[in-house]
Amino acid sequence: MIKFTNVFKAFPKGGLALKDVSFHIAKGEFAFLTGHSGAGKSTVLKLIYADERPTSGEVRVSGHGITDMRPRDVPLLRRRLGIVFQDFRLLEDRTAEENVGFALEVTAARQSTIAARVMRVLTQVGLAAKAQAYPRELSGGEQQRVAIARALVNEPTVFLADEPTGNLDERATRGVFQLLRDINASGTAVVMATHDLDLVRQAPYRVIELQEGALVYDSAVDEPRDQAAAP
Amino acid sequence: MNLVVREAFRTFKRAPLLSALSVTTIAFSLFVLGLFGLVVVNLQDALRRVEERVEIVAYLLPGTPIEPVTIGLKDIEAFPEVQAATYVSEDQALARARAELVEFRDVLRELERNPLPASVEVKLKPGFRDTEHVSAVAERLLGFGFVDDVRFGRDWIEKLDRLRQLAGAVAIVVGVAFAVVAVIIIGTTIRMTVLQRSREIAIMRLVGATDGFIRRPFLLQGALKGLLGGTVAIALSFAAYAVVDRYLEIHATFFSYEQAAVIIGFGALIGLIGSATSVGRHLRRV
Repeated sequence: MIKFTNVFKAFPKGGLALKDVSFHIAKGEFAFLTGHSGAGKSTVLKLIYADERPTSGEVRVSGHGITDMRPRDVPLLRRRLGIVFQDFRLLEDRTAEENVGFALEVTAARQSTIAARVMRVLTQVGLAAKAQAYPRELSGGEQQRVAIARALVNEPTVFLADEPTGNLDERATRGVFQLLRDINASGTAVVMATHDLDLVRQAPYRVIELQEGALVYDSAVDEPRDQAAAP
Repeated sequence: MNLVVREAFRTFKRAPLLSALSVTTIAFSLFVLGLFGLVVVNLQDALRRVEERVEIVAYLLPGTPIEPVTIGLKDIEAFPEVQAATYVSEDQALARARAELVEFRDVLRELERNPLPASVEVKLKPGFRDTEHVSAVAERLLGFGFVDDVRFGRDWIEKLDRLRQLAGAVAIVVGVAFAVVAVIIIGTTIRMTVLQRSREIAIMRLVGATDGFIRRPFLLQGALKGLLGGTVAIALSFAAYAVVDRYLEIHATFFSYEQAAVIIGFGALIGLIGSATSVGRHLRRV
């Protein structure tokens, strides 16, 4: 599903964001991407959704090679991915429903099917009652749920989350995390970048840890280690 | 298409101040261009009126009978350059002189014999009222046996030629300069609109919008703003024209419908091109 082979990524002004990173995430897998800020978590995600290209090495996502992908194929790839961020990235002048529907409109989906699909995902994230609310009228947790609904509406095969709980309180964090687990349970691969180790310990999922751009630990290949010793 | 229109209008609704600002900027840039255009149009008009007075007078030999002149007149009117040729008899010439030269009324009244010759006055068609054509026609008139002498004010027509060339050159140079300034100002305003929505563009891309999908509402919106700005510019120009026409009492002309349509169309075109380049540059950069 997602395969990194000896990936290097140089910063534009010199220095390496990623150094020889290799891993493979299988279909339907849930993987945490951990590490300090600046360790390269976001870069890994950007390579997956083709916002960045590797300097060398190979990145493959759902059968597409990112390294030499043509710019006009990038939108098609993104429609098969669901992406959420720490800062939600909702359009402020649109209601929850319109924000979610927007992701369908860009794919030229038929107007008649949009409303039904939007309501289905909003129900799935528990926000059907707030479909008409604008982002500013919603709490942080609710805004992230709208973002998750938007990411889900195109029925992605891979779900990417970059610190999705970074701006949320404990209760909202639990709710959002449970949603991601549900999404994974329905067969979608989930890659979640986080530095919230409590969250990582709660679940028996794979952990890939980066340090200064290098992959230092991968629970799928390395010996299990004492989680308390992890950074 | 429906979606493109909706997205284009969303900007007007969401950022009314910035939208109004860009329409105003377009309007005033085109207004300045329009004012200059009005000056050019009126200058051309004035030149045309002066040109209408370009005339060749062929004086006839004394005692020429009317018959050969009547036949000659037909020939002259058949010249491709000639608009009209009129025969002025000796008596008509004297009557005209009496009416026009009031100072000499007494002298003219006491004449025993009419000293004025008969003549043929030749008017040329527009486009032939320059030195070259006037001289050519004058040359041909001299070929008629009954023509004694031909006058057409060579110096005056040469000056008119030069004035016409100068006015044309100035109109082009200044017009192009004004147009370039308008394009730059309008382009900058539209760029602000694009930058203001850069976050939105980033989100569109994230959910898989193609560049074409992102671009289309901007193009429509740019063209609409240009159209609106152009219309306002014409309205402002008309107001300025009305004031000048009324209080300065120079009988100025306003743009024809076609000219007004060209200015509005130019506005729409700048809006469209400005948007296309701003969005294009933005999309390539991010």
